[in-house]
Amino acid sequence: MAHTDTAEPTRREFLYIATGAAGVVGAGALAWPFIDQMNPDASALALASIEVDVSAVEEGQSITVQWRGKPVFIRYRTAEEIEAANSVPLSDLPDQAARNSNLPDGTEATDANRSAEGKEPWLVMVGICTHLGCVPLGEQGDFGGWFCPCHGSHYDTAGRIRKGPAPENLLIPPYAFVSDTTIKIG
Amino acid sequence: MAGHSNYVPQSAAAKWLESRLPVISLIRGSFVDFPTPKNLNYWWTFGGILFFVLIAQILTGVVLVMHYTPNTAMAFDSVEHIMRDVNYGWMLRYLHANGASMFFIAVYIHIFRGLYYGSYKAPREISWILGVIIFLIMMGTAFMGYVLPWGQMSFWGATVITNLFSAIPLVGEAIRTWLWGGFAVDNPTLNRFFSLHYLLPFMIFGVVLLHVWAFHTTGNNNPTGVQPKSKQDTLPFHPYYTVKDLFAIIVFMIFFVWFAFYVPNYMGHPDNYIEANPLVTPAHIVPEWYFLPFYAILRAIPDKLGGVVAMFGAIAVLFVLPWLDRSKVRSGSYRPLFKQFFWVFALVCVALGYLGAMPAEGIYVTLSRICTAYYFAHFLIILPLLGLFEKPLPLPASISEAVLKGGSAHPAGAVSAPETK
Repeated sequence: MAHTDTAEPTRREFLYIATGAAGVVGAGALAWPFIDQMNPDASALALASIEVDVSAVEEGQSITVQWRGKPVFIRYRTAEEIEAANSVPLSDLPDQAARNSNLPDGTEATDANRSAEGKEPWLVMVGICTHLGCVPLGEQGDFGGWFCPCHGSHYDTAGRIRKGPAPENLLIPPYAFVSDTTIKIG
Repeated sequence: MAGHSNYVPQSAAAKWLESRLPVISLIRGSFVDFPTPKNLNYWWTFGGILFFVLIAQILTGVVLVMHYTPNTAMAFDSVEHIMRDVNYGWMLRYLHANGASMFFIAVYIHIFRGLYYGSYKAPREISWILGVIIFLIMMGTAFMGYVLPWGQMSFWGATVITNLFSAIPLVGEAIRTWLWGGFAVDNPTLNRFFSLHYLLPFMIFGVVLLHVWAFHTTGNNNPTGVQPKSKQDTLPFHPYYTVKDLFAIIVFMIFFVWFAFYVPNYMGHPDNYIEANPLVTPAHIVPEWYFLPFYAILRAIPDKLGGVVAMFGAIAVLFVLPWLDRSKVRSGSYRPLFKQFFWVFALVCVALGYLGAMPAEGIYVTLSRICTAYYFAHFLIILPLLGLFEKPLPLPASISEAVLKGGSAHPAGAVSAPETK
């Protein structure tokens, strides 16, 4: 029904809409604390960084440490493993982004970009499969890197996804060598 | 519901109550005098069985909470404490854990009964949709309950399922962190799952009442799919169906307690008797058996978001089923082609369950994909087309005719002849 009636809204209509709008805003403001209480609390956020002594780790060995409730793999890679990772052309990688929290987004997933400068043998990664969150097993799978038993994702010696359902390379957390043998994660 | 009651209050007290809160006539109208088709077979008893199992789960659950501690440091030990120290704790926990499996056995039979006899068709769409909602809440409740013992399967099941949400574009990661209350499944996660696991069964109870209200408004479907036409076609719910349901419940209880007392861990997983360890994933993580078909669909799609969408889509398609099946005939007994496709579909669902338990490699992946494709094709292609091309068998004029002349392909189980006298 088209009509061109442009009568002024009445005082009653104005009060109606104003009351409704105030009610909606109030309900939203009240709902937020109930939703936000489920987000990570102050104690969870306080566990944000750890320091790890890696002086006892020999070449070819790995350790797993816990950071923010998650496993972090620290591996002192062998020369062959680095060589194997370097020999893969980028075009063979399903995910060509470095996924390195220490480098800007969009960096290419070369082996050098997956490690810290001058510390190429060291690979530090969050040990959580990017598919559905299982912990992959080390030195296994078709590429000699990591293999996730849950849904069959294969990662190579630089922790890059090569085969299987996982969409991304294993995440490299923010970390730095505070001394030659100490890594600060977070 | 109350409209079906023949109840006239006699005593002064009953009159007093009835004029203030007509609860007696409501119960009489719903569960005593309610006119029920006289040809319901034993597949129809699963509604009553499900109600019984829901009450059993709530009762055993409430008492288990008196002994359980929802904290990552103590949860696993408190479950062992229930098993070893609490008087009859072992029995209560085994009844509760096996009760979840029984709930799903009964609900799957109940759903397939509805699928076969067209119980989702007009005018029962709302009943059906409420049923699908109950099924969804049940799945959420069962999943969160399985996390509470804080074993390896609890932890990694929770991790995998909550990670499904990270597949959502843009906001996925934030939603996952919000669900966890941290950066991994941890104590905040256990606490909120405990809270919701206690809440959701009562929500199921509420939706069950709506579900019953809806099909008591339309009347029950029945094996012929023909609406009752006269008083000859129905019987009062009590004693005919109260007794029939009770008998079925007792038979089902024998099955239930056999599991609870003789093979209480048959449907569980041994890894859940190892305490949760966030640093080690068990070699084979599988969900509880009742999630396996959906798990197979998730793994069949070689893409994270696609798999999650397909898995939720497998349930979402049930919501629109009443509008996908174009056939005017309700009961599969009078649909020669539908009947065959129904059994193929049932077989595919069982096959998906089997494939969900197998490792995701080789031939299993291929078979999972074929079965997943067929699952969706059944709803989206076969059912709409069948409605156009299938020639149904002639329907009986009434329920009484079908029963007395043996016109139904499925002779009704317990019809004697009180109505013919």
